[in-house]
Amino acid sequence: MGGFFQFAKSSIGSKVLMALSGAVLLLWITGHMLGNLQIYAGQDALNSYAEKLRSVAVFLYVVRVVMLVIVLTHIVTSVMLWVENRRARSSRYAYNNTVQATVGSRTMIWSGLLVFVFVIYHLAHLTWGQIHPEFAHLVQKLPGGGERPDVYSMVVLGYQNGLISGSYIIAMLCLWFHLSHGFSSLFQTLGLTSVKYRPLIERAGPVFATIVVAANISIPLTVLLGLVKPAVGGLP
Amino acid sequence: MNLTLHVWRQKNPQAKGQMVTYPAREISPNMSFLEMLDIVNEELVLKGEEPIAFDHDCREGICGMCSLVINGIAHGHERGTTVCQLHMRHFKDGQEITIEPWRAKPFPVLRDLIVDRSALDRIMMAGGFISVNAGGAPDANALPVPKEHAELAMDAAACIGCGACVASCKNASAMLFMSAKICQFAHLPQGQPERMDRVRKMVAAMDAEGFGNCTNQYECEAVCPKEISVRFIAEMNRDYWRAWL
Repeated sequence: MGGFFQFAKSSIGSKVLMALSGAVLLLWITGHMLGNLQIYAGQDALNSYAEKLRSVAVFLYVVRVVMLVIVLTHIVTSVMLWVENRRARSSRYAYNNTVQATVGSRTMIWSGLLVFVFVIYHLAHLTWGQIHPEFAHLVQKLPGGGERPDVYSMVVLGYQNGLISGSYIIAMLCLWFHLSHGFSSLFQTLGLTSVKYRPLIERAGPVFATIVVAANISIPLTVLLGLVKPAVGGLP
Repeated sequence: MNLTLHVWRQKNPQAKGQMVTYPAREISPNMSFLEMLDIVNEELVLKGEEPIAFDHDCREGICGMCSLVINGIAHGHERGTTVCQLHMRHFKDGQEITIEPWRAKPFPVLRDLIVDRSALDRIMMAGGFISVNAGGAPDANALPVPKEHAELAMDAAACIGCGACVASCKNASAMLFMSAKICQFAHLPQGQPERMDRVRKMVAAMDAEGFGNCTNQYECEAVCPKEISVRFIAEMNRDYWRAWL
């Protein structure tokens, strides 16, 4: 373990940890997006998907703990590296100039922290049901008796609110900047790139970010435009 | 050409520096940037003022001594050039030019535009060498090296150690310099025995000097007078985590 801490403390070691945790978060975001898109398949599809996810309680808690560790690793390493980077440039240039660094790459810490704040809010809204209790803990009555959490209505009724949708869209735009640099950056940090693949990897970041963000933003937009309608029966 | 220069003046490492404005009159477009500064300094000396101190040596782009940040870009806006090879024809008559030293905590300003770059030497001392006595030149083909490996090693070895990568990096990171010094050996058979040890020791030395960390923005590559590619940073990163496995 001593060796691991020495590695984690080094500049490249912390970068590798940030990249690896970022890679897991990328997979998470992709899976989350694919899950979200089931809203277009209707109330039953989304609710049974949500029910399936929650049905394996042990699995759910293992995933939650692992994700918490991953998110903390990503944040702790990035904040520590950011502080070191600020210290390394103790005197600032009078004339600042940039040749090729993208806006996304220069604002990673801020886009990342904004997305993190949003994730807390998002969990409080939909998972813990504390911020908007009127849209949480809704249930769908099943035809054969019994009931299950009505995720579909929670999402649709929640995102009919312009403020909730607006905050979601803003957070997704931050996520776009974060992913557009983060996705490509991860390959460079892990050394999984080459002269041949570099142009492809550098383009893949913005493309990946655009796909994820466009798919996610489409949900509040279609809800606001009335294309995705509340389930028949409305509020319980 | 007539220009207005805003130059960083600082008496000594402890002094608080400031930007001072000087006119540069009747400058020939064929002069190099350093020759333009020579003219300004001659005028300052005639007026009894302290000339602007700046580093320079070979003035033909190979020694790595000159080190000016011009309008926020290390070595100026021309790609693949050192300041000494940057000519005044690339500027406009009447232009305002801001001239600053390399700014990074491990590069303390000694005077005006001169910084102390011995932090880079200390990184080299930590592992930027091959410790066996290689003897005289071996017979041709006694040690086969594929052409592309030799070329890559040479691309990395083109680093003149000027520190522009550190100066331009948003985080004052020395990783382009480091990776060049590591990969010039990593691509040759002579560099293999100490390859993993070298990367660990040199990264530890770099961290100890207080340089920042690469965030893959590639400003270093854009200003490097030898156009060293960030591919070497990726290779260094890969060697580094492999060295811990």
